[in-house]
Amino acid sequence: MTTATDVEVVDLATTPLRELNQRLHDGAAGGPLRWRIVNPNGAHAVAVGVDAPFEIEIEGHTGYYTAGMNKHAHVRVNGNVGVGCGENIMSGTIHITGNASQACAATGRGGLVIVEGDAAARCGISMKGVEIVVKGSIGHMSAFMAQSGALVVCGDAGDSLGDSIYETHIYVRGSVEGLGADCIEKELKEFHREELGRLLTAAGADAKVDEFKRYGSARRLYNFNIDHAGEY
Amino acid sequence: MSDYNGQAGDGMNWQPGLRESYIFDRNTIEEIRRAASQGIYDIRGFGAKRKLPHFDDLLFLGASMSRYPLEGYRERCDTSVTLGTRFAKKPIELKIPITIAGMSFGALSGQAKEALGRGATMAGTSTTTGDGGMTEEERGHSEILVYQVLPSRYGMNPDDLRRADAIEVVVGQGAKPGGGGMLLGQKISDRVAEMRNLPKGIDQRSACRHPDWTGPDDLEIKIEEIREITDWEKPIYIKIGASRPYYDTQLAVKAGADVIVLDGMQGGTAATQDVFIEHVGLPTLACIREAVEALQEMGMHREVQLIVSGGIRNGADVAKALALGADAVSIGVAAMIALGDNDPAYADDYAKIGSAAGFYDDWHEGKDPAGISTQDPELSKRLDPELGGRRLNNYLRTMTLETQTLARAAGKSDVHNLEPEDLVALTIEAAAMARVPLAGTDWIPGRSKDGF
Ligand SMILES: Cc1cc2nc3c(=O)[nH]c(=O)nc-3n(C[C@H](O)[C@H](O)[C@H](O)COP(=O)(O)O)c2cc1C
Repeated sequence: MTTATDVEVVDLATTPLRELNQRLHDGAAGGPLRWRIVNPNGAHAVAVGVDAPFEIEIEGHTGYYTAGMNKHAHVRVNGNVGVGCGENIMSGTIHITGNASQACAATGRGGLVIVEGDAAARCGISMKGVEIVVKGSIGHMSAFMAQSGALVVCGDAGDSLGDSIYETHIYVRGSVEGLGADCIEKELKEFHREELGRLLTAAGADAKVDEFKRYGSARRLYNFNIDHAGEY
Repeated sequence: MSDYNGQAGDGMNWQPGLRESYIFDRNTIEEIRRAASQGIYDIRGFGAKRKLPHFDDLLFLGASMSRYPLEGYRERCDTSVTLGTRFAKKPIELKIPITIAGMSFGALSGQAKEALGRGATMAGTSTTTGDGGMTEEERGHSEILVYQVLPSRYGMNPDDLRRADAIEVVVGQGAKPGGGGMLLGQKISDRVAEMRNLPKGIDQRSACRHPDWTGPDDLEIKIEEIREITDWEKPIYIKIGASRPYYDTQLAVKAGADVIVLDGMQGGTAATQDVFIEHVGLPTLACIREAVEALQEMGMHREVQLIVSGGIRNGADVAKALALGADAVSIGVAAMIALGDNDPAYADDYAKIGSAAGFYDDWHEGKDPAGISTQDPELSKRLDPELGGRRLNNYLRTMTLETQTLARAAGKSDVHNLEPEDLVALTIEAAAMARVPLAGTDWIPGRSKDGF
């Protein structure tokens, strides 16, 4: 019998990835709630498609799409992650202690993704409701076509931030190399201060709300207008 | 661009002596006037309207002294096809080699999606979701449903991935290879907006590039992720717009496709710039042999199935596509017409919006009198999903019977036994593209021994 405190350890040096993911999927019906995955050695698609309130700890660096499409699970990666970590996350949390490669939390629809280090280009691209807190800096084209949710950056942001953005709220503490089409600096209203404060607390970030600037959509590309044709 | 020349006699004010320019024809002049007044390109639905080399330029030879035909009504001629035999634990089995192409909810009404599901299920084939996600109407009525993974990822979620029967990663579309999508604000109802996580009433652009992978090497890893999420059960298709079919096919195989969907430039769209529809990509006829030869060289023909689309209208088109090496075809515009799009019964309504039955292509405006390419609840009601489903089933059955008729005449007990050897071409262009001899000669341009 397993109990809630048991930790199921899976060694990817000896267990095929397929077996790990299958066990995580089958486990939604019962079994251990806590998982520890060791020796990921940069494997792609580790713990993807999980649909259960598991606590999953991954010891080491992972490849592409770590915890992709996560639902309910709380995933912690003690290391760096490759491209598309937490892509299309639905709910739950993903906490990365190192750096994240490109397209972190791309198209995410819910949940919270925390990056202790930096995130590369296209962080939060096409995000649809996910909340992302990056304690370091983010690369260019981040929050491209970002639809909803919030992106908090405690460091700096690269070029073309929020290009063609819709309704996502972006908060940056440091410098912004450049804003993308239709993305502008906006007033930090009470609602935003609360949202930002909540996210900083949730991520355990050592930063103050007043240090941030907010960016969002000028909403000038929402309905086609010939006078803005060059920006589309 | 139009096809008539000289003294077009059908003009309203034409009289002897008035000569219409071939290059500045009426459509061209009207388009210049429209551009000058509106300052924006023309967006429309439908596929390419210009004349292009097509299946009509091919003929079947039929059986003769050296070939033995099958009896038209009695002898068996199989039509079924299995898709996803390469990697999927649960390949899908279609009774007919004709599938319904991906058309988004948003572009089409919920009723239209339901009608497609009903008709396809009656005929024993699949439908495909589209940009905008999976609707209950379609999942509920479509026994075999292919779920698209598009650059926009509107509505994407793991539950729908798991309840799909197959998954199609859309790299491109024949109407607009290299282009993204656009759903204009007037079609964004509350429901469409909610499914796409966007405000109501604003234009919704769909990106032209996927957000989380960039090239074929990345796509291979993306497909591995999708397979892992769905426990390697579902066939995974890769859909490409016809532009470099030989290389794209080989790269799709390398990326791990179970099935390749190849969409030629005549392929329909819900809303794209006219300049894009008419001027980008290869005609369907020109890309099939390229793709088939790419598969054959890799030893993957029939192992990775090939679905061809773009301007398929009847059983002759189906039979010719199969003879050139496709495993199945897919239809978009024709399926809409079968449901009732461009129905002359709505002649007055078409006239009111400045169009006419048989010409209507402003599907992006959401005012479709037939209630198909609209989100307007009143217009949508005009389409009875049950009746639409029956009409689609009739049409699919007719096309299948036609395909079998041609296959039997060529002596084939399975429509998939049709081969290029059964075909000749009527034009040099078609002969070169389809790699079959010009009728009455043994000449395949670009392939013959003497180098021509
Ligand atoms: C109304 C409409 C909507 C479409 N929506 C999509 C879509 O969402 N995703 C996609 O990959 N292709 C879409 N297509 C293209 C079709 O999947 C298909 O490639 C094309 O219609 C095939 O050519 P045909 O219309 O000549 O049969 C759409 C086509 C039409 C007519």
